[in-house]
Amino acid sequence: MSLLEIESLNLEIDGTPILRNVELSIDRGEIRGLVGESGSGKSMTALTVMQLLPLGARATGQVRFDGKNLLAASENEMCQLRGDDIGMVFQEPMTALNPVKTIGEQVAEGIRFHTRASRPEAEDRARKILDRVGLPEVKYPLSRYPHQLSGGQRQRVVIAIATALNPRLLIADEPTTALDVVLQAQILDLLRDLCHENKMGLLLISHDLAVVADMTDNITILRGGQVMEEGDTARVLSEQTHPYTRQLALASTHVPARRKHPLVQHQPAETPLLKVTSLTRDYLGQRIGFFKRSAPTRAVNDVSFSLWPGQSVALVGRSGCGKSTLARMILALDPPTSGSIEFEGIEITGKSEAELKPIRRHMQVVFQDPYGSFDPRQNVARLVSEPLHLLQPTLGSKERRERVEKALNEVGLTTSDLEKYPHEFSGGQRQRLSIARALITRPKLIIADEPVSALDVSIRSQILDLIASLNARYNLAFIFITHDLTVARAITDDVFVMHEGRIVEAGRTESVLENPQSKPAQELVSATPDLHRAIARKLREQG
Amino acid sequence: MTPFLLKRLGIGIVTLLLASIVVFAMLEVVPGDPARMMLGMNATEDAVQALREQMGLNQPLIMRYLSWIGGFLTGDFGRSYTYSVPVAQLVAERSAVSLPLALISLFLSTVIAIPVGLYAAAHRGKASDTVAMGASQLGVAIPNFWFALLLVYVFAVALRMLPAGGFPGWGAGVWPALKALILPAIALALPQAAILARVTRSALLDVLNEDYIRTARAKGLPRNTVLWRHALRNALIPVFTILGLQFSFLLAGTIIIENVFYLPGLGRLVFQAITQRDLIVVESVVMLLVATVIVVNLLVDLSYAVIDPRLRNA
Amino acid sequence: MDTPVAPIATPRTDDFWPRAFANRSFVIGFAITVIIAFAAALSFVWTPYDVTHLVVSDKLKPPSAAHWFGTDHFGRDILSMIMVGARNSIAVALVAIGIGMGIGVPLGCWAAARGGWLDEVLMRFNDVVFAFPALLSAIMITAIFGPGAVNAIIAIGIFNIPVFARVARAGAIALWPREFILAARAAGKGRLLITVEHILPNIANLLLVQGTIQFALGILAEASLSYVGLGAQPPMPSWGRMLFEAQTMISIAPHMALFPGLAIVITVLGLNLLGDGLSDLLDPKLRRQR
Repeated sequence: MSLLEIESLNLEIDGTPILRNVELSIDRGEIRGLVGESGSGKSMTALTVMQLLPLGARATGQVRFDGKNLLAASENEMCQLRGDDIGMVFQEPMTALNPVKTIGEQVAEGIRFHTRASRPEAEDRARKILDRVGLPEVKYPLSRYPHQLSGGQRQRVVIAIATALNPRLLIADEPTTALDVVLQAQILDLLRDLCHENKMGLLLISHDLAVVADMTDNITILRGGQVMEEGDTARVLSEQTHPYTRQLALASTHVPARRKHPLVQHQPAETPLLKVTSLTRDYLGQRIGFFKRSAPTRAVNDVSFSLWPGQSVALVGRSGCGKSTLARMILALDPPTSGSIEFEGIEITGKSEAELKPIRRHMQVVFQDPYGSFDPRQNVARLVSEPLHLLQPTLGSKERRERVEKALNEVGLTTSDLEKYPHEFSGGQRQRLSIARALITRPKLIIADEPVSALDVSIRSQILDLIASLNARYNLAFIFITHDLTVARAITDDVFVMHEGRIVEAGRTESVLENPQSKPAQELVSATPDLHRAIARKLREQG
Repeated sequence: MTPFLLKRLGIGIVTLLLASIVVFAMLEVVPGDPARMMLGMNATEDAVQALREQMGLNQPLIMRYLSWIGGFLTGDFGRSYTYSVPVAQLVAERSAVSLPLALISLFLSTVIAIPVGLYAAAHRGKASDTVAMGASQLGVAIPNFWFALLLVYVFAVALRMLPAGGFPGWGAGVWPALKALILPAIALALPQAAILARVTRSALLDVLNEDYIRTARAKGLPRNTVLWRHALRNALIPVFTILGLQFSFLLAGTIIIENVFYLPGLGRLVFQAITQRDLIVVESVVMLLVATVIVVNLLVDLSYAVIDPRLRNA
Repeated sequence: MDTPVAPIATPRTDDFWPRAFANRSFVIGFAITVIIAFAAALSFVWTPYDVTHLVVSDKLKPPSAAHWFGTDHFGRDILSMIMVGARNSIAVALVAIGIGMGIGVPLGCWAAARGGWLDEVLMRFNDVVFAFPALLSAIMITAIFGPGAVNAIIAIGIFNIPVFARVARAGAIALWPREFILAARAAGKGRLLITVEHILPNIANLLLVQGTIQFALGILAEASLSYVGLGAQPPMPSWGRMLFEAQTMISIAPHMALFPGLAIVITVLGLNLLGDGLSDLLDPKLRRQR
């Protein structure tokens, strides 16, 4: 008998079917991946097991844990199971902990509730488990509050809470999606070790095929609330017999066909498209007294580089390395503390909005979040035409409309979309709109801040194709801000690795990714999950 | 002292300073000569001049402000023209009515509102929640002076249980004095309680949607335990904010309610002083009330720092 | 890497009315508000009795078929007086909101767009106004400049300014770091243009909901002021004044206190329900939860 057995599970929320006939099982000590794109019902499957579904949810079928049917269990029985026999780790470590309670209290609380241990006993156990997850008491005393910890450390606390009582099953719902790749690798290692030590079953929910390939023994692929394929991870992902599995695998390793920007030796006399020299940005320190502030933080530190027309570069680094601040300074949205930014030989720092206009039209931006980057109250015609404001002289309404239509066509949308509002589009379509908006002034440079990281893999590959074709067709230069080396690998010629505000390594993309020289670059490369390598390793291990 | 509290303290002092200028200026712009206004049209020129001298009206503006604020800080609030006693003495006498009244109603509204809000949040969507929130919706809409009239009609006129107005003074014994304050306190407290109950409920419901509540539930804690141990403390910040604001409402409410019940409190004092144009009393008592509001709001800020560790050590 | 935030504003309000009619608070609140506004409008052309006409023989009559709400100590019909009084209450509250929004919203938006010392100065100014118990200052203003409806409007309006400034500023400050504002800045748009094109339409919902709340508070404040004799002056009927006159008659004619009070309660209740309904309908946070 398996530890967890889900049979013909159906779930409806307010009459909308969410899951249909889901089957899934986990044995003791087994690590099972549950993979799917957004809306596939992975999280709801987990919440059904925990019986923490939202109001209005109705589940039918069988969910047996250790032979006990959880769908028929009383709330009291579930309270006994949760946190004791089944633990759960969530996606968002920044909000998963109560801000007004110490980490010691929050870990000890579950221990006290389930074991009736005294406060000192529970705290003693909490100390041990926090030490085990990598938060030794000397550095991280129990009296710390969540806001005093970083995202990765908070996720360790959440894992400590979930595993404090050695549960037989741990459910981890996208536990590393909100973290950068280096932290992701650390947290995944921790989860794997905890499973092996305690013979704990793990249900790892993820949208990332490479992570799952690396971590799991078995895999279940979910789409639209239904199981597409199920079985041994290495076999399923190497054979790819199911068309959807193949589609997912292809999409997650997709590299658009593009011609690399030639590596040419430029003459010193030539003007680059963009030239950044000794750029530095300090942020004011926190106020610690009436007139005192703590030392300022240096977000960007003495950064210099040049970009040539048509070149596509990636600015990669861990979260907080200063890459987004750098991008905002280039876009003249944030003033540098010192240094210079020249666009086609013209200095842009210290310029007034009016003086910037002719420069801005050649330099546009695409943001990460396709939901947040549009005013929800404007229709496509207005949204996409917004940058036309930069053109001098201004266009007539007919010309504007033609420009908008052309931009929409270029990104694969149609003129029938003109009157629609952003919420009527899917995430991928919205990112196309973003790109259309950036293209409309016919710029020479587009800065894209994590343009695909909020998208599902199949959509992501389409957007990467689109970017690659625009890059080639218009000799359009791109700067990609990303922490994801697969994106850098797919569509850039050169890469700059940033660490603590500085560019620590620069070079051709393939050479940096194959043979990183600096320590930060090596860390990034080794932490980045890779589907092919993971499958190959799995197959090797199985012989 | 944390940066947060330092900043709040600084803001409090600045606000106090600006408010004192506003109060002072407000009475400066009174049309006409304040001395003549206080004495009436029939006063002799000599009497007006004498009063101007006494009020310091012949000094330059800045000197008058400084001497007023200096006196205020040392407890010398000047002398009431209509009552011919030091304002400080008046304030002390009247506070003996207003302060207990404010405290009783604050206490009443809190002990009614917070349990009701908690109960409604815990039984969200059920019939008891609907009833409690319906009642509070009604409570918010009731003007306190009308509610006072209804209370007078029921408990004083019809049932003859409690006095309809007046205050026997604390010298007449604690119970008779308290008896005179019961109806006014209820009239002040209930509409406030209605607001507070709604805020408590919605603050709790907001917190219950947070991720850390789900974390706590995933630990196995039952719903009610989570409500008490995790949600309540986080919900207290908006509740305390409203309590601070309500204190200001309560002060304004006393002006009206003390009039309804003929209570000799600060509110009635300031109201009468305004209508009688006893500007010295108005100036000092208004400043005192405003200062109280600012200090209470500072205390609320202090309570935030107690509740939320993020504000304690940056 | 930032996690996506839920949109602050609702996408569009195509489906507003069908959803509105399914919302109980909204329907009741809207109905009450319409009825009160209608009664006030009707009073300009018709009331059951003439409110300036004193019929001493009819004084202090309890409710009857002829006088639904009874008569007062001068024999005036209370229903008619309530209808005329509604005019006063609504006018005072509306104009006070106009003052508050007209000055407060631009100030709040300006503070949010400009930031820095200007924001700080405006917020300190707000703190000062908030430090004065609103009714106390209204009493001071009306007492100093003379009682009457106009001064009551100004006094109440002044206290609406910081309320709207605060709401507008909070809404705008939440919007400024959003990516669609950054995109507009990258499109070279200035602060003023962005405020007009993007900020204002997206905080309109917040302002509308706050408007209904301030409307209700304005009616309560007006009633309190006229109750203490500092609002509308006789012979203009007003709800607060009617209650003041009822106080001395409470033991012999309780209906005189009952009906004007009920008029206030129902109006304020209606506006609060309308506001609740609107904020349910317009708040994407609630919609997201389904």
